[in-house]
Amino acid sequence: MPKDGGIGASTTRREDVRFLTGKGKYTADINVFGQAAAIFVRSTVANGVIKSIDTSAAESMPGVLAVFTGEDFVDVGGNPAGWLINSRDGEPMKEPKRPVLAHGKVRHVGDAYAAVIAETEQQARDAAEEIIADIEELPAIINMADALAGDNVVHDEIGTNQCFDWGWIEDNRAATDEAIRNAPHVTTLELVNNRLVPNAMEPRASIGTYDAAGDSYLLQTTSQNPHLTRLLISAFVLGIPENKLTVIAPDVGGGFGSKIYHYGEEALVLAASKKVGRPVKWVADRTESFLSDAHGRDHVTKIELACEKDGTFIAFRTTTLANVGAYLSNFSTATPTFLHGTLMAGNYTVPNVYVNLKAVFTNTAPVDAYRGAGRPEATYSIERVIDMAARELGMDPVELRRKNFIKRDQFPFTSAAGLEYDSGDYDALMDKMEAIVDRKAFEERRKASEAKGKLRGLGINAYVEACGIAPSNLVGVLGSRVGLYDAATVRVNATGNLSVMVGAHSHGQGHETVFPQIVADMLGIDPASVDIVHGDTSKIPFGMGTYGSRSLAVCGSAMVRATEKIIAKAKKIAAHMLEASADDVDFAEGQFTVKGTDKSVSFGEVALKAYIPHNYPLEDIEPGLEETAFYDPANFTYPSGAYACEVEVDPETGKVTIERFTACDDFGNVMNPMIVSGQVHGGVVQGIGQALLENTTYDENGQLLSASYMDYVMPRADDLPFIAVSHDGGTPCTHNPLGAKGCGEGGAIGSPPTVVNAVIDALQSGGKNVTHIDMPLTPARVWAAMNNA
Amino acid sequence: MYAFDIERPSTIADAVKALKEEDAQALGGGQTLIPTLKQRLAMPSALVSLTGIGEMKGVCLADDGAVCIGGATNHATVAKEAAAHYPGLAGLAANIGDPAVRNRGTIGGSLANNDPSACYPAAALGSGATIITNAREIAADDYFQGMFETALEDGEVITEVRFPVPEKAHYQKFVQPASRFALVGVFVAKYADGVRVAVTGASENGVFRWSEAEAALSADFSAAALDGLTVPADEMIADLHGSPDYRAHLVKVMTGRAVTAAA
Repeated sequence: MPKDGGIGASTTRREDVRFLTGKGKYTADINVFGQAAAIFVRSTVANGVIKSIDTSAAESMPGVLAVFTGEDFVDVGGNPAGWLINSRDGEPMKEPKRPVLAHGKVRHVGDAYAAVIAETEQQARDAAEEIIADIEELPAIINMADALAGDNVVHDEIGTNQCFDWGWIEDNRAATDEAIRNAPHVTTLELVNNRLVPNAMEPRASIGTYDAAGDSYLLQTTSQNPHLTRLLISAFVLGIPENKLTVIAPDVGGGFGSKIYHYGEEALVLAASKKVGRPVKWVADRTESFLSDAHGRDHVTKIELACEKDGTFIAFRTTTLANVGAYLSNFSTATPTFLHGTLMAGNYTVPNVYVNLKAVFTNTAPVDAYRGAGRPEATYSIERVIDMAARELGMDPVELRRKNFIKRDQFPFTSAAGLEYDSGDYDALMDKMEAIVDRKAFEERRKASEAKGKLRGLGINAYVEACGIAPSNLVGVLGSRVGLYDAATVRVNATGNLSVMVGAHSHGQGHETVFPQIVADMLGIDPASVDIVHGDTSKIPFGMGTYGSRSLAVCGSAMVRATEKIIAKAKKIAAHMLEASADDVDFAEGQFTVKGTDKSVSFGEVALKAYIPHNYPLEDIEPGLEETAFYDPANFTYPSGAYACEVEVDPETGKVTIERFTACDDFGNVMNPMIVSGQVHGGVVQGIGQALLENTTYDENGQLLSASYMDYVMPRADDLPFIAVSHDGGTPCTHNPLGAKGCGEGGAIGSPPTVVNAVIDALQSGGKNVTHIDMPLTPARVWAAMNNA
Repeated sequence: MYAFDIERPSTIADAVKALKEEDAQALGGGQTLIPTLKQRLAMPSALVSLTGIGEMKGVCLADDGAVCIGGATNHATVAKEAAAHYPGLAGLAANIGDPAVRNRGTIGGSLANNDPSACYPAAALGSGATIITNAREIAADDYFQGMFETALEDGEVITEVRFPVPEKAHYQKFVQPASRFALVGVFVAKYADGVRVAVTGASENGVFRWSEAEAALSADFSAAALDGLTVPADEMIADLHGSPDYRAHLVKVMTGRAVTAAA
């Protein structure tokens, strides 16, 4: 049993005390003396030429301090894409400039083309209404196939709506084509992976403060990775030296990917603060969030699965159009490629995989990583087509998957899509899932549903994903323009308690609880004496932030390395105090002990000695006890899972209700099971939202029809079942010191195909020849599918 | 929001007087109006709050047994206080929105706004209610005049709504999953002189009576009586959540379920 509060304990989340009592401090809660308010003026048309913008009336309105337009930023840089993708022909991707404020053209509804700074938000809003923009509306480019076929382009300077045409792995193309041509059975499925709006509970907000005394800037902002934001603003957008810019992300109310990226509003409040000589604060309203946060998913895919008559997989081949929206958000080119194409072998020994993916510009909000980021799209395609193949071949869907699973003794396993999976046991997960589900009794449950006039279906799914991003050497070869290590500083204070500065940012993940559990466990001390510090570039050595389920696997590993350095140094100090050789000193349970004796000193005594170095070997050891480590992982981590979902479908209305949901995940070693279960719950709920509810829709004019909670359907408690979660007994990650795999996204990756497979199973049981319905499976869509079948 | 003045009259007479000011706007529970103001989609000079008018609040019984509800009565109060007298109506009120909406929103506000997806219009039309204003009494059949359109004149205030109590009644709502308004809602009420069926959420013309179903159910109050009837999809609402065909189909399904639940 884990000891109280250490690794493996379900310690309750210490940060929840402040969150649940209204004591959290979010960016919008911060008010700076003398602050002014910024309001953005956003395009109401999807595509248009800015003929002129008359700001004179606005500038003379009460309280107005300044008005900005795109003209004011033509001489500064653009917000870049963080990943270079080369097309199949070797040409680099097309990278149009993404300016702070739209200039020349507006490219999506919500594209900001002006900003007003005023004494109060109300005055800024009043003045914003007086800005007269002459925008010549052009036909909107919304549908991806049309975007590629037509002459109307989002960015005139690149002359095409195709950002890139990527092949993975291009050298496998001919062999895959050949294998599919000769296969005895090919199952083909065309599907849409629906666009999602992230909908973090806290809308984006930023406060820019220019300090003339030091010619320095402070940005307080809603960010998942303040260091990356600082780097982008410094190196690419405004050119503020990094040493003159501090970025602080205080409490952040959810991100799900949407707050990874740097946005123009952040640059604007900094530039505006310098111009007006006052702090400038902006808080998005919910409509702005819908229109301007980076959205997720939005793929149109054709997938083919070739197999032998006995169900042995021969090849997966996909062609996908991936929407990147109007501009390239920071990770928008990596998400559909290296976080998607590389997973297209799934959990299977399939020998041939080929992915062709075209990224397409449209007059819609930018699309980027959203919880799961590319892997949900891969899993959805694979697991839907496998389910369809099982039906066509007359095989049990579990058995078909098992037949093709990578077996436990085959790890490490290099998949046909090029990744080396380090560990896993997919059959064991499937065994566990089947035991929880009690498949044998399913027919009884189905009969009970039918007696109520409902159709019942069982959907199952297996997934593997790649997270804990990522090895810098590998991603550098693949086109990343940044390294993906992380960093931590462990500072032991003189009185023996600890401040641990970590590069990962916690915005719901529970780092403030889990990270101290690990350090305390290593040092044999009370976790309450360890606090983490995060989100402030002036206090933390460096960090690449929180996304891609990387905080524990990467930053946690850096923290372990730094703590190991602390122990090594402390052991030397203890050896001196104990008049022994460091090699003869053992460290356990917070005590340094000379081997074979009862001579010992506590960790606290050693800490005090480090800061009051009387009788201290200053010639050999520096005073103080503080260590920093940077950790760059050797590989991704590869969580996997087996999921099951049971639904009832009302054949009269098409309404789907989820009756049971089972999530069996392998996250390697688990640090805090309660928090991991919470991560699974949240991920599964978002996946259910995608599968059944969330309906992002642009009309042909580029208006977002689902731009408020009156139309955008977020999952609510009464949409959800009890979720049976199991993640014990995982296979440890083989290459990080914690043996941990990322747990933040598995739920969102594993659940959508599970739900859809269940609904199709239900409809088939009712004699409906429905083989596929595109998400979200709304009652209207299910009803229409039943009636067309 | 734009700046506005707020008036809090305590009598109907004072409210009517305040509403005579140019661009003055009545404020019930504010469940539609306040979000509209926040979006800067309306610019009234003054809001005249009706929720402080004691004579417009509460539920009581008329001498003829009708349930009378003050125009400024919130949904939660109706759900509680009408339950013993008119459970079909109380059940509808109990499922409007969420607790916050039910404790702010008022019956008068809902009927004056006449949102095509709101629940109360179905109850009022389905019950043959009488809408009583500061100036006159309006039969429900004359009151609803299309999406967001009613017989109310400018400055006219709904002071009370009088519901004749049926032998049986039930409201079935198929919710629009985001707003939780009715994608289709059907109120069925069986009176001694016949059955009334009122449909909300479905039509571009707002709440309407499904007369074929009324005739069939008046002869035989069972879901089976609807067999063979169809609802035309013409002029049904098309939106993200359902096509006209789907809504027309749901009208029949929900009517059948309401009859079964009421019977």
